[in-house]
Amino acid sequence: MVQESTMPLYEEVVNGFNKILSVPASGGQERESNTLRRARQSAFEKFRELGFPSIKNEDWKYTNIARFLKDEYDLAGTTPDGTVPDPELLKNAAIEGLDCYKILLVNGSWQGRKAGDGFPEGVQLLTVAEAKQDPVFSSYFENTEFEKHHFTALNAALFSDGLFIRVDAGATPDKPIHIVHVFTADRNLLVQPRHVIVVNKNAELSIIESIVSTGKEAKIWVNSLMEVILQPDAKMDHVIIQTPGKDIRMVQHTTIRQKKQSLYNNYTFTFPGADLVRNELHVRMEEEHSESHLYGLYLAGGQQLVDNHTLVDHQKPSCNSNELYKGVLLEQSTGVFNGKIFVHKDAQKTNAFQQNNNLVISKKATIDSKPQLEIYADDVKCSHGSTVGQFSEEALFYLRSRGVGEERAKGLLINAFAFDVTEKLRVPSLRAHVNHLITDHIPETNA
Amino acid sequence: MLIIKNLHAEIEGKPILKGINLTVNPGEVHAIMGPNGSGKSSLASVLAGRENYEVTQGEVYFKGANLLDMSPEVRAREGVFLAFQYPIEIPGVSNINFLKTAMAEIRTHRKLPALDAKEFLRLSKEKQKLVEFDAALVNRSLNEGFSGGEKKRNEIFQLAMLEPTLSILDETDSGLDIDALRIVSKGVNKLRSEINAFIIITHYQRLLEYIVPDFVHVLYDGRIVRSGSKELALELEEKGYDWLKDEVREKEAREKVGI
Repeated sequence: MVQESTMPLYEEVVNGFNKILSVPASGGQERESNTLRRARQSAFEKFRELGFPSIKNEDWKYTNIARFLKDEYDLAGTTPDGTVPDPELLKNAAIEGLDCYKILLVNGSWQGRKAGDGFPEGVQLLTVAEAKQDPVFSSYFENTEFEKHHFTALNAALFSDGLFIRVDAGATPDKPIHIVHVFTADRNLLVQPRHVIVVNKNAELSIIESIVSTGKEAKIWVNSLMEVILQPDAKMDHVIIQTPGKDIRMVQHTTIRQKKQSLYNNYTFTFPGADLVRNELHVRMEEEHSESHLYGLYLAGGQQLVDNHTLVDHQKPSCNSNELYKGVLLEQSTGVFNGKIFVHKDAQKTNAFQQNNNLVISKKATIDSKPQLEIYADDVKCSHGSTVGQFSEEALFYLRSRGVGEERAKGLLINAFAFDVTEKLRVPSLRAHVNHLITDHIPETNA
Repeated sequence: MLIIKNLHAEIEGKPILKGINLTVNPGEVHAIMGPNGSGKSSLASVLAGRENYEVTQGEVYFKGANLLDMSPEVRAREGVFLAFQYPIEIPGVSNINFLKTAMAEIRTHRKLPALDAKEFLRLSKEKQKLVEFDAALVNRSLNEGFSGGEKKRNEIFQLAMLEPTLSILDETDSGLDIDALRIVSKGVNKLRSEINAFIIITHYQRLLEYIVPDFVHVLYDGRIVRSGSKELALELEEKGYDWLKDEVREKEAREKVGI
């Protein structure tokens, strides 16, 4: 184990945990059940064992975070700090032409419902601060699975707030919910939002998460954990648009637990800005006949590192999963893609497909792409594919021979490359929003 | 309009063009014929500005300016258009979007006002008729899933839209059946005017029955070895290229010996 005590962040985290423990479980502002307390304790002990990951851990081999851990961070407080987000930021995060319900979180905290919000019938929205105190819901925060990994163990131990969404059985909200996550700080901060989404039997939910930050000097480490539970016949569309500023280091973990005949569609778009973005997307198909589609598009520039780790866990028979992730690596950035597909012995008649394509624009950019299939059943259809390439010289010349300038031509080709993923978005205003973001992030000069 | 003087070019160190001389004036149609490997497509590529060719000697002037100094996009904006022999498919770039972008850049360069959506649509419909180009194809991705004939017609459709001064058609007839050939030729003939010019590169004489050239040149081993009128094309059709090859070799042998 690495000498954790030399890392100021580690010290801060230990102190933070002790502070939480010192608040009595009952009484005071934050009441938590004893089970939850014990779960936190257990998670923290696990974290102390695991420490922060280093390149010696297989899953972090290509993602060296040592330099980010050297900085000092304060732990975000348990009470919302009342920071008012920059209206410009909110304007940019807004999706033009999309009729939706809007929720704003600042540093992981939601201010709660306001009069006139008009949230949909059948959808219960709570802050995690409230939900974890509610005996009916607190068990959602006691899932010991999260202890097993470095950052999720930390979150399980220290989380304070986030969003809790519960959709009644059979409910079909008329509009999507747009959640804008704003991160802003004047001093280095470690923020650990924890979110839970439960879609009950035969219900539907469509959410769009936008991640934005104010890009000030202070560094913000975001260690986010979201668990989604889809009960039988539930359907969810989940769009994640990450446009973090240079102040952000982000580890975003999303676990989806699918019960039978449920459908989960995820569209993750990561744009340049943050030094580090590590997305962990785990889909656990716990019952038969469910389906999942995972689409991702990542653009990285400067000296950024964008890492997408996905896991599709086929535990039961007759489930279908399909994954398409595409990356555009600019300047001196690094991209990492690790797509794991795990098919259990009982999971006969599994169909699992995975594709990762990368466009490396400059000679100094790199991509590490690793598909990983572990298949223990024998009646399955699985495939994976991974490509890395540069611009087609032919295509570039064709466009230029028609008068299109070189940079504009490269932009058209990047859009063409990304098209496979953006065309999966069925809502036109969303697609337009993402296409604009792509065009905005294609630099005028290529290193 | 186009003056090529003693043009030498090579690719990967191998000389392909070994001293081309050619003058093209407005209103003219020049055909360039020759056996495979003579350098016909290479000439087209060099004129269009493909970067893997290196010009080792000679000059090319287009409307009085040095063409070789211009990047491919500037040549296009100045009015040079190359209809490719094998037009590439670019999925994800729509025909319409691509054309709009190209036209916008060309018009800006020529200091012309941009076309608004309505004008563009009107122009597009007009030119589509010219090459009997299906409207449905226009909405698709660039050349994606197009047949050979459709790709060639798309080249001419673009030509019609971009209104170049010098159009170079690189073996536009290859892979076309009689009907497609007729449609393409009809389109080109309608676009001929006193202010533009065409260089038609072809292996076979067949296309030249539809697009009648003013001049025919034969390219062999990187040089224009013979020039004439449209009758030369007919002669080649009859006799093939061998008689010319023999003539050239004889001439070279004589020169060596000093006769």
